[in-house]
Amino acid sequence: MKKFMFVNRKAPYGTIYALESLEVVLITASFDQDVSLVFLDDGVYELVKGQQTKDIGIKNFSPSYRALEGYDVEKLYVDKQSLEQRGLNESDLLVPVEVLDTKAMAALMAEQDVVLSF
Amino acid sequence: MLNIVNKSPFQSTSLETCLRMAQPGQGLLLIEDAIYAATKGSSAEAAIRTACSTLKVYALQPDMDARGVSAKVIEGVALVDYGGFVDLVAQYSTTNSWL
Repeated sequence: MKKFMFVNRKAPYGTIYALESLEVVLITASFDQDVSLVFLDDGVYELVKGQQTKDIGIKNFSPSYRALEGYDVEKLYVDKQSLEQRGLNESDLLVPVEVLDTKAMAALMAEQDVVLSF
Repeated sequence: MLNIVNKSPFQSTSLETCLRMAQPGQGLLLIEDAIYAATKGSSAEAAIRTACSTLKVYALQPDMDARGVSAKVIEGVALVDYGGFVDLVAQYSTTNSWL
């Protein structure tokens, strides 16, 4: 089993990256790999509670982050500095996550077999 | 790990965040618009010089040539061609392409 890390650095609806990442995560998890997700920079906006997309005509895919647990994807890590820069904290997020400082996040990233960035 | 950055440091936080997360001994390859970070006088110069002390820093020469800035490359940044790019990817066990 390989350690796959998905690094999410884009806000959810301005580009397709966030949704594409989520789809690849689900595919990878179905192959029974060790999957972790990291949210950095604008990627932390993907997890913000209360997204309402009806009026922009794009599917709200944020509930899917809550479904990850059902695919045994339980390692969600969020960068502390990225949250703070955006005036967010853990209670603004729609799933339980582990908030890491730069040192811990860098160490986690360095120990992966595969890193895919979105 | 070989970190690959392709965005201008003036357009995106990719380089800044990559440098924050990079561990000593890792590689950093600047390609496409990211090569502007490796030019003298840019506001990213200090960050690149600091990075050179702990990381191996490379820039893709064809991208520097195309943009007319090869002569401005910061000392300590190694220039590679496409063959060198392939060698780097083979040499490091993991790559991380910061989009």
